Amino acid sequence: MSLFDHKLSELQEFLHKKEITVTDLVNESYQRISEVDGKVNAFLTLDEERARNSAKSMDKQLGNESSAGLLFGMPIGIKDNIVTKGLRTTCASKILENFDPIYNATVVEKLHKADTVTIGKLNMDEFAMGSSNENSGFKKTHNPWNLEKVPGGSSGGSAAAVAAGEVPFALGSDTGGSIRQPASFCGVVGMKPTYGFVSRYGLVAFASSLDQIGPITRTVEDNAYLLSAIAGHDPLDSTSANVKVPHFADSLKGDVKGLRIAVPKEYIGEGVNEEVKKSIKNAIKVLEGLGATCEEVSLPHSKYALATYYLIASSEASANLARFDGVRYGYRTPEAENLIELYKKTRAEGFGDEVKRRIMLGTFALSSGYYDAYYKKAQKVRTLIKKDFEDVFQNYDVIIGPTTPTPAFGIGENISDPVTMYVNDILTIPVNLAGVPGISVPCGFAEGMPLGLQIIGNHFGESTVYQVAHAFEQATDYHKQKPQL
Amino acid sequence: MSKISADQVKHVAHLARIAVSNEEAEKMRDELEKITAFVEKLNEVNTDGVEPTSHVLNMKNVMREDVPTDGLPREKVLKNAPQHQDGQFRVPSILE
Repeated sequence: MSLFDHKLSELQEFLHKKEITVTDLVNESYQRISEVDGKVNAFLTLDEERARNSAKSMDKQLGNESSAGLLFGMPIGIKDNIVTKGLRTTCASKILENFDPIYNATVVEKLHKADTVTIGKLNMDEFAMGSSNENSGFKKTHNPWNLEKVPGGSSGGSAAAVAAGEVPFALGSDTGGSIRQPASFCGVVGMKPTYGFVSRYGLVAFASSLDQIGPITRTVEDNAYLLSAIAGHDPLDSTSANVKVPHFADSLKGDVKGLRIAVPKEYIGEGVNEEVKKSIKNAIKVLEGLGATCEEVSLPHSKYALATYYLIASSEASANLARFDGVRYGYRTPEAENLIELYKKTRAEGFGDEVKRRIMLGTFALSSGYYDAYYKKAQKVRTLIKKDFEDVFQNYDVIIGPTTPTPAFGIGENISDPVTMYVNDILTIPVNLAGVPGISVPCGFAEGMPLGLQIIGNHFGESTVYQVAHAFEQATDYHKQKPQL
Repeated sequence: MSKISADQVKHVAHLARIAVSNEEAEKMRDELEKITAFVEKLNEVNTDGVEPTSHVLNMKNVMREDVPTDGLPREKVLKNAPQHQDGQFRVPSILE
């Protein structure tokens, strides 16, 4: 049995009683990484020396934890698009291969205050563009449940590392499903908070109106603790919301009696795998058994979400990624006659195919003569998609459905056709467009691969989302199953 | 909506500052056509009188006090630069 089979509150008790040390926890991480990461490929960079030193100094505080942070001594992995001072941050792109950040993201500062130990940086699709980790510029992460399958993406490294028992906690980022989809594929818990709830300062921007950082963990309770530690207003991110951060773990009473749950018919319709549908019907029964009422509703603009997302996200990305020009940081082409050629060759050589494809689409959608037809149109449809959610939340506490239309697919299976690959995100994207919070929790298996139940709340309704997720988790034992590696 | 021409792809690539060969432009043309054909589905939606959403929360024009703070030290700013000289970023000639 691994130490990481215990939840945070148990590990804190062991530490308090001095039955284990922080060094034991850090050893456990690096030991497991040395055993399995050759197969899983979740980590891009390890921070072993610093992690061991922090563990040593934390061990001196054992037994005197009055000043200890919420996550004292907990090993954590961080997605490689979140900047970490003095620890290489690449976004899994050749263009940032040797980038050494000079400051920490706000979430990293908050993790330090919570006393976590950073184990290393996790693989992802390049600049978070992808649903399978096959777009990483360095290596492909494999799904710990079946090494022939993708872990999902873009936070595939984060979800795979938690599922494989390499770290008990990880941070991911989610622009169109990049936390929830890999969490679903890898059988772990992944939360995308309300837009603006977690500071984006130091998150390398992909699509600024959609991006959110969030926690990936084995249990709902651990997830709630980690979100409490990283959330909150940040003067360095003017889009961050000025709201109070609740102590979410307090809302986990296992009770959903009287809660009104909406099930959108569009989320269990055409294109959704039969096993996936079955797992959702079962989840409805479980929640009804716990005293909630479930009713079918409609989110009528769901079918337009994917097209809306690809226009908005690519347009924003084409602007955000203009900063990678070979001048101030990152890769620079070895030979260029003049500045324009330097930009063009640097970007052609430094970016991968999917990143170029989206920059091209975004530049096209924003270019003169096309702006109104594409970008502005998409922003208007976004308003309608958001309104669909507002209408449902007038009468319901949460919305549930599958996280993904299918279980994890095979490596190489969808890579050739971008549109097929995009369809994977069809159930997660509307949540980003509306800016509401959504979590994925394990809810079954199909052909040995995990499935995820998505629970969506109203803006800043994280407490209710966690309450439902926790009640479902406690009533089932899908989260107790572990991949054999 | 009209088809995308190879010249259009090259124009967009120039705007995006990405060098493309003729073969790459051809491939990108195919992909862009496929994706734009897919997104044109949005034309089915009646958006008359609908305001565009650029930010999901009800906030605009976030202001703060204009208090000067220290910027980053020069040596740190230059630390990741591929080339620098005399405390400045070095680039190839800009003017002919």
